[in-house]
Amino acid sequence: MSAGRHRWIRYWVTFQTILTKEILRFSRIWVQTVLPSVITTTLYFVIFGRLIGDRIGTMDGFAYLDFIVPGLVLMGVITNSYANVVSSFYSSKFSRYIEELLVSPAPDWVILAGYVSGGVARGLVVGAAVISVALVFTDLHVHSLGIMFLICLMTATLFSLGGFINAVYANSFDDISIVPTFVLTPLTYLGGVFYSIELLPDFWQGVSMVNPVLYMVNAFRYGLLGVSDIPIGAAFGMILVFIVVLAAYSLRLLRRGVGVKS
Amino acid sequence: MSALDVQQLTKTYKGGFQALKGIDLEVEEGDFFALLGPNGAGKSTFIGIISSLVNKTSGRVRVFGHDLDANPEAVKSCIGLVPQEFNFNLFLPVFEVVLNQAGYYGIPRQEARVRAERYLRQLDLWDRRDQEMRKLSGGMKRRLMIARALVHQPRLLILDEPTAGVDIEIRRSMWSFLRDLNAEGTTIILTTHYLEEAESLCRNIAIINHGRIAERTSIAALLNKLHTETFVLNLKGRVSELPELGGFVLQYLDDCTLEVEMNRDHTINGLFDALSRNGIEVISLRNKQNRLERLFLEMVDGRLVAEGGQA
Repeated sequence: MSAGRHRWIRYWVTFQTILTKEILRFSRIWVQTVLPSVITTTLYFVIFGRLIGDRIGTMDGFAYLDFIVPGLVLMGVITNSYANVVSSFYSSKFSRYIEELLVSPAPDWVILAGYVSGGVARGLVVGAAVISVALVFTDLHVHSLGIMFLICLMTATLFSLGGFINAVYANSFDDISIVPTFVLTPLTYLGGVFYSIELLPDFWQGVSMVNPVLYMVNAFRYGLLGVSDIPIGAAFGMILVFIVVLAAYSLRLLRRGVGVKS
Repeated sequence: MSALDVQQLTKTYKGGFQALKGIDLEVEEGDFFALLGPNGAGKSTFIGIISSLVNKTSGRVRVFGHDLDANPEAVKSCIGLVPQEFNFNLFLPVFEVVLNQAGYYGIPRQEARVRAERYLRQLDLWDRRDQEMRKLSGGMKRRLMIARALVHQPRLLILDEPTAGVDIEIRRSMWSFLRDLNAEGTTIILTTHYLEEAESLCRNIAIINHGRIAERTSIAALLNKLHTETFVLNLKGRVSELPELGGFVLQYLDDCTLEVEMNRDHTINGLFDALSRNGIEVISLRNKQNRLERLFLEMVDGRLVAEGGQA
C-alpha cells in the first residue's frame, strides 16, 4: 500500500473515531440532548399551532401550523448542532482530554471535521425528531426533499462551526451559554420562524435581511412548502460563504493552538 | 541514531516569563533517560513542546530524525506521552479510552481492540475494562495512562511523574514493566521527584534548572562526583566512647546508632575491620541520604559548581 493511501486511511479512521465518540456522547445522554428539543417543539405545535394558530388563520397561503413547521425544525437543528460542539469541545478543554487528540498525528482539519460532523449528526437527529412530532399535528407535503436535506446539513455545519469557535475562546462554562442566549435565540426568533417578514414594516424587513437565520429558515420553508420570502440561490450562497469563512477561521485557531496550547 | 535531538529550544510565555532559555539535549535511541529538576525548572514545558502540547518560541526539535516543524505527524507518531496530570473523560469506560486513543492514531478498530486488550492485561486493568474512569483508584489511572500512551506502540515514551501518588507495590510493578519495555527497544524519558526511581531505572540523566540544562551525564558518572558517603550503623551493643578511626568521621545518633562519613578512597570492608578492632559489632547499615538526591540538591543550589565540579 502506498504511503499516501495509508495516510488517507489513517485520517479516515481518526475521523470515524471522533465522530463515533461524539455520536455516542449525545446518545448516552439523549434525555439531556435530544428530548428537550422534542418537548419544546411539541409545546410550540400545541400552543402556537393548535391553540393560537387556528385563530391566526393562514400565513403566505398556508395554515399557520404548516407555516411554522420549517422554522421549528431548523430551530432545533441550529440550537442542537451548536450546543453539541460547544459543550463537547469545551468539556474536552476543561478536563484536558483534548490533549489525547493534540498529541496524536491527527491533522487539524480532521479534528475539526470530526467535531463538526458530531454536531451535524445531533442537529439532524433532532431535526428528524421534530419532523416526526410535526407529522402528528399536520400532514406535510414535501416540495423538495433534496433542498430540505441540503439546507439542514449546511445549517447544522455552519452552527457546529460557530459552536467550535465559541468553545475555543470559552474560559468557563458561563462563556458557552452567553452566545446561545444573547445571539442565537434572538436571531432564530427574529429569523421568520413564526411569521413572514412581509408582515413587517419596510424598515424592519430591511433589518431582517441581515439576519442569516432568515435565509436558512426561508430556504428550508421552500424545500417543505415551496414558498420563500427570499431567493433560494441567495440563501445557499450566503450559507456557503459563512461555512467557508468560519471553517477557515476555525482551522487558523487550531493551527495556532488558541485556547488549547500555551 | 538520536531518539531526541533538541537544539537551542526556548519558550517565553505571554507575560514574558522565560521558561526555557536555550536547551540543547540529545537522547540516544534505546536509552532510559531521566530528566530532573525542581518545581518550575522547565521540565513540563520541555516535555509539552516535544509532545506538541506547548508552542515553542524558537529552536529545533527532532525525534528519530523527523523535524517537529517540517513533519509534525511523523514526530507525533513516534511519541507516547504519559502526562503528569490525569487528562481523561471521566465518564468513559476504560476500554473505550484506550480504543479512542488508538483511533486518533489511525489504528483500525479491530487491531486497536487487540492492542488495547494486550496493554490492559499487562498493566492489570483488563478486569476493569468496563468501569468508568472516575471509579478507578489513582494508581489504576496512572497505569491506564501508560496503556493509553503505548497503544500506538511509540518508539519514544515520555513519562512525566508516572508514579506520583502510587503506593510502593504498584510503583515497583510499574518499574518492572518499564524496564521490560526499555529492554524491548523503547526509548524512555522519565521525569520524577523520586530520585531513587531515576537512580534505579535510568542510565543517563539531565538536570534542568532555571530553564537551562545544568548537567547532562550518565547516572554512574554523576554518582562518581560524590567525594564522601554517609552511612547510619545500627550497633549490637552500646558504645560509650567513640573510637578514632583514620579516614572515617564518626558521630553519635544515640547509644546504639552511629553515623559514619567516609571518603570514597576507603571501603566498607575497611570500616568494618576498624570497627571490629575496637569491639564494635554492626547489625545493619543504610545510606543516610539517597546519593542522587544529595547531588541533585547540590546542583540545584549551585554548591557543586562552587566546589569546582563540572555542573
